[in-house]
Amino acid sequence: MNRRKLSQNAAFSLFWAAGIMSVLIMAVVVGYVLVKGLPGISFDFFTTSPRGGLSGEGGIYSTIVTTFYLVVVTLAFAIPPGVGAAVYFSEYSGSTVGSLTGKLVNLARFGVDTLAGVPSIVFGLFGYAVFVTAMNLGFSILSASMAGACLIIPVIIRTTEDALESVPSGYREGSLALGANRWETTWKVVLPAAFRGISTGILLSAGRIVSETAIFFVTLGGSYRVPHSLMSGGRTMALHVYYLAMETRAFDRAMSTAAVLVGLVVVMNLGINTITGRITGKQR
Amino acid sequence: MTFGTKRDCTQKIMRTVLLVSALTSVLIVVLIFVFTAGRAAPAFHEIGIWKMVSDTTWRPGSGEFGILAMIAGSGIVTLGAVLLGVPLALGSAVFLAEIAPEWIAGAVRPSIELLAGIPSVVYGLFGMAVIVPMVRTIPAPGNAGYGVLSASVVLAVMILPTVTSISELAIRSVPAGYREGSLALGATKWETVRRVLIPAAKPGIVSAVILGLGRALGETVAMIMVIGNSAILPAASTGNPLSIFLSRARTLTGNIAVEISYATGVHESALFATGVVLFVLIMLINSSAALLLKKGVR
Repeated sequence: MNRRKLSQNAAFSLFWAAGIMSVLIMAVVVGYVLVKGLPGISFDFFTTSPRGGLSGEGGIYSTIVTTFYLVVVTLAFAIPPGVGAAVYFSEYSGSTVGSLTGKLVNLARFGVDTLAGVPSIVFGLFGYAVFVTAMNLGFSILSASMAGACLIIPVIIRTTEDALESVPSGYREGSLALGANRWETTWKVVLPAAFRGISTGILLSAGRIVSETAIFFVTLGGSYRVPHSLMSGGRTMALHVYYLAMETRAFDRAMSTAAVLVGLVVVMNLGINTITGRITGKQR
Repeated sequence: MTFGTKRDCTQKIMRTVLLVSALTSVLIVVLIFVFTAGRAAPAFHEIGIWKMVSDTTWRPGSGEFGILAMIAGSGIVTLGAVLLGVPLALGSAVFLAEIAPEWIAGAVRPSIELLAGIPSVVYGLFGMAVIVPMVRTIPAPGNAGYGVLSASVVLAVMILPTVTSISELAIRSVPAGYREGSLALGATKWETVRRVLIPAAKPGIVSAVILGLGRALGETVAMIMVIGNSAILPAASTGNPLSIFLSRARTLTGNIAVEISYATGVHESALFATGVVLFVLIMLINSSAALLLKKGVR
């Protein structure tokens, strides 16, 4: 009996150690980047553009602008088909089992699952092959955002579907009983009720675009100038970290840019947790 | 039936529009496959698929396009990441699911989830600043810190949140009766975890590991930053076979990213071929994980 108790204590202390270790790793990564990066950040850092060249001098203004444009354009490409697909899966696919449409639904689901597993450099290759070269759009925000949309469409579909499914079925039944048809019910009742959950998914996707590097490494070109149209190339903050670390001597500036990125990610995570917390809180 | 009112008309149009949206993903997958494989075809045709994947020499300048070195590079880095990251992830998963008091789990879980949100380029930078100098202190000929070990450590941290959260879910979804039955029979909590919960959650845990594997294989930028990027077969530099982990290497993903912007002709096509190999590998891995998950549900 004593030995069993002893082995339980030994095992449980290892599990505690694992849990503590994981939190420590997070704290060390985030802490290191913030401690090393924050001192290099000033007002000028945000308002001046990188000067280019080996020294890596200058701030990150143009990279903020590029990141912002890229997120907005990518979301514009990804939200309509993403939310549309989720609405179809959640609201329309129920009565189609066994029919031809049912087979299409299975095919569509398979497509979403497959797309979610594609490694991002393959999206990059695809974007390079189709948008950059075949369609002759060059290294541009347009090319990059279309490639980036492929990455986040599955994310939007999954989160939106979860949000739609958490709308109580009584809402739908009530609306249908009052004579509204399926589309009116979806548009005027279900979507508004799921609005918060859908926004969370969109925020999450925006975070993925801010964090992504591989796709934009091969579709966005990497110019450090401020983009002036959809056809301009550019570099996001994440790409800027890469270029600074690998191609200049400005490792400290890479660290400062990384600190801005990490700060942004932490804020976005807190935002998402607050929104979802409020939703679950409301349902209780 | 009757005259379509405006409402019915909108309803029908929207149903079609939504169905088309649902099929967008399929269209994208097909396009990706067609274009990547299409651009890879010349390389496969001129060099031969088998020659490409079995030859270790990658020298675009002299027309040699063997990608076995990169397959091995991706393989060994992923193996290292799994060896380092999976025990920690599983330990954390059991901790969160069974051991930690709810308020501690409530603080630990978001901390680990935060790791999933950190951009891979930040991991690469952290690797360059912290991990590489640490690895450099290991005395071995030619060890500059950049190599398989540094890459594996960075990747281990990157797959930690994926493996932890899916494994925790698997352990939590074991029916409560299993746990209660085991405890009622006089087993200790640890015996219950080891003999009942972990075996019952095994399909889910294995698929968590496989998904982590997929994530590791697909990682690009963090790898380029710490692995040294030499297109050579990783090899031991001393009598100690473990020194293979100090070797420089290149991953399949890194091979594409580093060279695509200036490659032309067969060289470019060979990079698309690298993409096809990567795509197929990851599809195989992900579908085996999905299969296991389905089994686990039954």
